[in-house]
Amino acid sequence: MKVKELCEELGWELAIGDGDREITGGIYCCDLLSLVMGRAPADSLWITVMGNVNTMAVATLADTACVVIAERMPLDAEALEGAKKGGITVLKTEQPVFEAALSAATTMKLN
Amino acid sequence: MSENSLHYHYVVPGDDFTRAGIASSAVKKTLKQLGIYPETVRKLSISLFEGEINMVIHADGGEIDVWIDDEKIVAELVDKGPGIENIELAMQEGWSTASEQVRGLGFGAGMGLPNMKKYSDELIIDSTVGVGTKVTLIVNIVK
Ligand SMILES: Nc1ncnc2c1ncn2[C@@H]1O[C@H](COP(=O)(O)OP(=O)(O)OP(=O)(O)O)[C@@H](O)[C@H]1O
Ligand SMILES: [Mg+2]
Repeated sequence: MKVKELCEELGWELAIGDGDREITGGIYCCDLLSLVMGRAPADSLWITVMGNVNTMAVATLADTACVVIAERMPLDAEALEGAKKGGITVLKTEQPVFEAALSAATTMKLN
Repeated sequence: MSENSLHYHYVVPGDDFTRAGIASSAVKKTLKQLGIYPETVRKLSISLFEGEINMVIHADGGEIDVWIDDEKIVAELVDKGPGIENIELAMQEGWSTASEQVRGLGFGAGMGLPNMKKYSDELIIDSTVGVGTKVTLIVNIVK
Protein backbone atom coordinates (compact mmCIF):
# COMPACT_ATOMS: atom_id res chain seq x y z
CA MET A 1 0.00 0.00 0.00
CA LYS A 2 1.19 3.50 -0.79
CA VAL A 3 1.76 6.02 2.00
CA LYS A 4 -0.88 8.38 0.65
CA GLU A 5 -3.46 5.59 0.38
CA LEU A 6 -2.91 4.62 4.00
CA CYS A 7 -3.10 8.27 5.05
CA GLU A 8 -6.42 8.70 3.29
CA GLU A 9 -7.89 5.46 4.66
CA LEU A 10 -7.03 6.42 8.22
CA GLY A 11 -7.93 10.09 7.94
CA TRP A 12 -4.46 11.16 9.03
CA GLU A 13 -3.00 14.49 8.00
CA LEU A 14 -0.43 14.67 5.22
CA ALA A 15 1.98 17.30 6.58
CA ILE A 16 4.46 17.24 3.71
CA GLY A 17 5.50 15.07 0.76
CA ASP A 18 3.75 13.23 -2.06
CA GLY A 19 3.21 9.95 -0.18
CA ASP A 20 4.04 8.06 -3.32
CA ARG A 21 6.26 5.40 -1.76
CA GLU A 22 5.07 1.86 -1.28
CA ILE A 23 5.22 0.57 2.33
CA THR A 24 6.88 -2.83 2.04
CA GLY A 25 9.07 -2.86 5.15
CA GLY A 26 6.35 -3.20 7.78
CA ILE A 27 5.81 -0.86 10.74
CA TYR A 28 8.50 0.32 13.14
CA CYS A 29 7.92 2.38 16.32
CA CYS A 30 10.72 4.06 18.29
CA ASP A 31 11.99 7.53 19.26
CA LEU A 32 15.66 6.85 19.91
CA LEU A 33 17.33 7.83 16.68
CA SER A 34 20.27 5.44 16.58
CA LEU A 35 17.99 2.52 17.41
CA VAL A 36 15.81 3.53 14.48
CA MET A 37 18.92 3.91 12.32
CA GLY A 38 20.06 0.41 13.13
CA ARG A 39 16.74 -1.41 13.17
CA ALA A 40 14.01 0.27 11.14
CA PRO A 41 13.65 -1.68 7.90
CA ALA A 42 14.00 0.20 4.62
CA ASP A 43 10.60 1.13 3.13
CA SER A 44 8.92 0.83 6.54
CA LEU A 45 6.25 3.02 8.12
CA TRP A 46 8.11 4.70 11.01
CA ILE A 47 5.99 5.99 13.88
CA THR A 48 7.51 8.38 16.45
CA VAL A 49 6.62 11.30 18.71
CA MET A 50 9.84 13.14 17.87
CA GLY A 51 9.26 15.72 15.14
CA ASN A 52 12.62 17.44 14.84
CA VAL A 53 15.11 17.90 12.01
CA ASN A 54 17.16 14.91 13.14
CA THR A 55 14.11 12.68 12.72
CA MET A 56 14.03 13.70 9.06
CA ALA A 57 17.75 13.04 8.61
CA VAL A 58 17.30 9.55 10.04
CA ALA A 59 14.28 8.84 7.83
CA THR A 60 16.27 9.99 4.80
CA LEU A 61 19.36 7.94 5.57
CA ALA A 62 17.62 4.81 6.88
CA ASP A 63 15.35 5.08 3.84
CA THR A 64 11.99 4.58 5.55
CA ALA A 65 8.90 5.01 3.36
CA CYS A 66 7.63 7.85 5.56
CA VAL A 67 7.49 9.27 9.08
CA VAL A 68 4.31 9.33 11.17
CA ILE A 69 4.23 11.86 14.02
CA ALA A 70 1.90 10.44 16.66
CA GLU A 71 0.06 12.23 19.48
CA ARG A 72 -0.05 15.36 17.32
CA MET A 73 3.38 16.26 18.60
CA PRO A 74 4.87 19.42 17.11
CA LEU A 75 6.69 19.39 13.82
CA ASP A 76 8.93 22.45 13.70
CA ALA A 77 9.91 24.53 10.66
CA GLU A 78 13.41 23.07 10.51
CA ALA A 79 11.93 19.58 10.48
CA LEU A 80 9.63 20.48 7.60
CA GLU A 81 12.58 21.94 5.73
CA GLY A 82 14.58 18.76 6.40
CA ALA A 83 11.72 16.59 5.16
CA LYS A 84 11.49 18.64 1.99
CA LYS A 85 15.21 18.32 1.32
CA GLY A 86 15.20 14.59 1.96
CA GLY A 87 12.03 14.02 -0.07
CA ILE A 88 10.38 12.52 3.03
CA THR A 89 6.61 12.23 3.43
CA VAL A 90 5.45 13.13 6.95
CA LEU A 91 2.01 12.18 8.28
CA LYS A 92 0.41 13.42 11.48
CA THR A 93 -2.15 11.74 13.71
CA GLU A 94 -3.62 12.45 17.13
CA GLN A 95 -3.44 8.72 17.90
CA PRO A 96 -0.80 7.51 20.38
CA VAL A 97 1.99 5.35 18.97
CA PHE A 98 0.40 1.97 19.73
CA GLU A 99 -3.03 2.88 18.39
CA ALA A 100 -1.47 4.41 15.29
CA ALA A 101 0.53 1.26 14.64
CA LEU A 102 -2.48 -0.96 15.26
CA SER A 103 -4.73 0.94 12.88
CA ALA A 104 -2.00 1.04 10.23
CA ALA A 105 -1.42 -2.72 10.64
CA THR A 106 -5.14 -3.42 10.36
CA THR A 107 -5.52 -1.26 7.28
CA MET A 108 -2.49 -2.84 5.62
CA LYS A 109 -3.74 -6.29 6.74
CA LEU A 110 -0.48 -7.10 8.51
CA ASN A 111 -2.18 -8.83 11.42
CA MET B 1 42.19 3.68 -3.52
CA SER B 2 42.70 3.62 -7.25
CA GLU B 3 43.88 6.81 -8.90
CA ASN B 4 40.56 7.61 -10.49
CA SER B 5 38.55 7.58 -7.29
CA LEU B 6 36.13 10.40 -6.53
CA HIS B 7 36.92 12.50 -3.48
CA TYR B 8 34.62 14.68 -1.36
CA HIS B 9 35.46 16.81 1.66
CA TYR B 10 33.05 18.16 4.29
CA VAL B 11 33.49 20.38 7.32
CA VAL B 12 31.07 19.43 10.10
CA PRO B 13 30.30 22.27 12.52
CA GLY B 14 30.08 21.45 16.22
CA ASP B 15 26.92 21.75 18.35
CA ASP B 16 24.73 22.63 15.36
CA PHE B 17 22.06 19.95 15.37
CA THR B 18 20.08 21.52 12.60
CA ARG B 19 22.94 20.88 10.19
CA ALA B 20 23.84 17.45 11.52
CA GLY B 21 23.49 14.90 8.77
CA ILE B 22 24.21 17.27 5.91
CA ALA B 23 27.44 15.55 4.86
CA SER B 24 25.85 12.08 5.06
CA SER B 25 22.83 13.23 3.06
CA ALA B 26 25.09 14.73 0.38
CA VAL B 27 27.11 11.52 0.12
CA LYS B 28 23.92 9.47 -0.09
CA LYS B 29 22.70 11.61 -2.97
CA THR B 30 25.99 11.18 -4.82
CA LEU B 31 25.99 7.40 -4.36
CA LYS B 32 22.43 7.17 -5.64
CA GLN B 33 23.34 9.24 -8.69
CA LEU B 34 26.25 6.92 -9.36
CA GLY B 35 23.72 4.07 -9.52
CA ILE B 36 25.19 2.17 -6.60
CA TYR B 37 23.11 -0.74 -5.26
CA PRO B 38 20.52 0.61 -2.75
CA GLU B 39 21.54 -1.65 0.14
CA THR B 40 25.16 -0.50 -0.24
CA VAL B 41 23.99 3.12 -0.22
CA ARG B 42 21.96 2.44 2.91
CA LYS B 43 24.87 0.77 4.73
CA LEU B 44 27.19 3.66 4.05
CA SER B 45 24.52 6.29 4.83
CA ILE B 46 23.74 4.79 8.24
CA SER B 47 27.39 4.35 9.22
CA LEU B 48 28.43 7.78 8.06
CA PHE B 49 25.49 9.52 9.75
CA GLU B 50 26.32 7.92 13.10
CA GLY B 51 29.93 9.04 12.75
CA GLU B 52 28.91 12.54 11.69
CA ILE B 53 26.49 12.90 14.63
CA ASN B 54 29.12 11.63 17.06
CA MET B 55 31.47 14.37 15.87
CA VAL B 56 28.74 16.96 16.46
CA ILE B 57 27.58 15.80 19.88
CA HIS B 58 30.79 14.48 21.40
CA ALA B 59 33.65 16.34 19.69
CA ASP B 60 32.45 19.83 18.69
CA GLY B 61 32.60 19.01 14.99
CA GLY B 62 35.31 17.83 12.65
CA GLU B 63 36.04 16.98 9.04
CA ILE B 64 34.97 14.17 6.75
CA ASP B 65 36.69 12.85 3.65
CA VAL B 66 35.00 10.33 1.37
CA TRP B 67 36.60 8.41 -1.48
CA ILE B 68 34.60 6.33 -3.93
CA ASP B 69 36.05 3.94 -6.48
CA ASP B 70 34.75 0.87 -8.33
CA GLU B 71 35.19 -1.44 -5.38
CA LYS B 72 34.55 0.44 -2.20
CA ILE B 73 33.60 3.60 -0.39
CA VAL B 74 36.05 4.83 2.23
CA ALA B 75 35.08 7.52 4.73
CA GLU B 76 37.49 9.13 7.15
CA LEU B 77 36.10 11.22 10.02
CA VAL B 78 38.61 13.27 11.97
CA ASP B 79 37.93 15.42 15.03
CA LYS B 80 39.92 17.25 17.67
CA GLY B 81 37.49 16.39 20.44
CA PRO B 82 38.10 14.82 23.85
CA GLY B 83 38.89 11.37 22.42
CA ILE B 84 37.47 8.04 23.58
CA GLU B 85 38.98 6.68 26.76
CA ASN B 86 37.85 3.08 26.45
CA ILE B 87 36.97 2.09 22.89
CA GLU B 88 35.86 -1.41 23.86
CA LEU B 89 33.33 0.07 26.31
CA ALA B 90 32.20 2.70 23.80
CA MET B 91 31.50 -0.05 21.26
CA GLN B 92 29.03 -1.78 23.60
CA GLU B 93 25.34 -1.40 22.83
CA GLY B 94 23.70 1.05 25.22
CA TRP B 95 26.86 2.73 26.53
CA SER B 96 26.66 6.51 26.21
CA THR B 97 28.01 9.69 27.75
CA ALA B 98 25.52 11.89 25.87
CA SER B 99 24.20 14.91 27.78
CA GLU B 100 20.60 15.35 28.88
CA GLN B 101 20.14 18.03 26.22
CA VAL B 102 21.29 15.71 23.46
CA ARG B 103 19.12 12.88 24.80
CA GLY B 104 16.15 15.20 24.57
CA LEU B 105 16.71 15.31 20.82
CA GLY B 106 16.58 11.53 20.50
CA PHE B 107 20.31 10.76 20.66
CA GLY B 108 22.17 8.88 23.37
CA ALA B 109 20.87 5.32 22.97
CA GLY B 110 24.48 4.19 22.81
CA MET B 111 23.82 2.50 19.48
CA GLY B 112 25.82 4.70 17.10
CA LEU B 113 29.14 2.86 17.20
CA PRO B 114 27.42 -0.59 17.20
CA ASN B 115 25.46 0.53 14.12
CA MET B 116 28.69 1.61 12.44
CA LYS B 117 30.19 -1.81 13.19
CA LYS B 118 27.09 -3.59 11.88
CA TYR B 119 26.67 -1.65 8.66
CA SER B 120 30.27 -1.12 7.53
CA ASP B 121 32.52 -3.83 6.15
CA GLU B 122 35.47 -2.41 8.05
CA LEU B 123 35.61 0.02 10.98
CA ILE B 124 38.84 1.39 12.41
CA ILE B 125 38.78 3.73 15.41
CA ASP B 126 41.93 5.53 16.38
CA SER B 127 41.49 7.79 19.39
CA THR B 128 43.72 9.58 21.88
CA VAL B 129 42.30 11.25 24.96
CA GLY B 130 42.82 15.00 24.81
CA VAL B 131 43.87 14.88 21.13
CA GLY B 132 40.95 13.57 19.11
CA THR B 133 39.44 10.70 17.20
CA LYS B 134 39.83 9.31 13.70
CA VAL B 135 37.22 6.90 12.44
CA THR B 136 37.70 5.05 9.16
CA LEU B 137 34.70 3.32 7.60
CA ILE B 138 34.81 1.08 4.56
CA VAL B 139 31.80 -0.26 2.71
CA ASN B 140 32.39 -2.60 -0.23
CA ILE B 141 30.43 -1.94 -3.39
CA VAL B 142 28.26 -4.87 -4.40
CA LYS B 143 27.90 -5.31 -8.14
N1 LIG C 1 33.99 11.32 18.03
C1 LIG C 1 33.92 11.04 19.33
N2 LIG C 1 34.65 11.77 20.24
C2 LIG C 1 34.59 11.49 21.56
N3 LIG C 1 33.82 10.52 22.10
C3 LIG C 1 33.08 9.77 21.26
C4 LIG C 1 33.08 9.99 19.84
N4 LIG C 1 32.26 9.09 19.27
C5 LIG C 1 31.76 8.35 20.28
N5 LIG C 1 32.25 8.75 21.48
C6 LIG C 1 31.98 8.14 22.82
O1 LIG C 1 31.47 6.83 22.65
C7 LIG C 1 30.17 6.71 23.25
C8 LIG C 1 29.32 5.75 22.45
O2 LIG C 1 29.04 6.30 21.13
P1 LIG C 1 27.73 5.85 20.36
O3 LIG C 1 27.68 6.57 19.08
O4 LIG C 1 27.68 4.36 20.32
O5 LIG C 1 26.55 6.32 21.33
P2 LIG C 1 26.01 7.80 21.59
O6 LIG C 1 26.54 8.72 20.57
O7 LIG C 1 26.30 8.14 23.01
O8 LIG C 1 24.45 7.60 21.41
P3 LIG C 1 23.69 7.32 20.01
O9 LIG C 1 24.73 7.15 18.95
O10 LIG C 1 22.92 6.07 20.24
O11 LIG C 1 22.81 8.49 19.78
C9 LIG C 1 29.65 8.13 23.31
O12 LIG C 1 28.66 8.31 24.29
C10 LIG C 1 30.93 8.92 23.61
O13 LIG C 1 31.27 8.83 24.96
MG1 LIG D 1 26.38 8.23 18.56
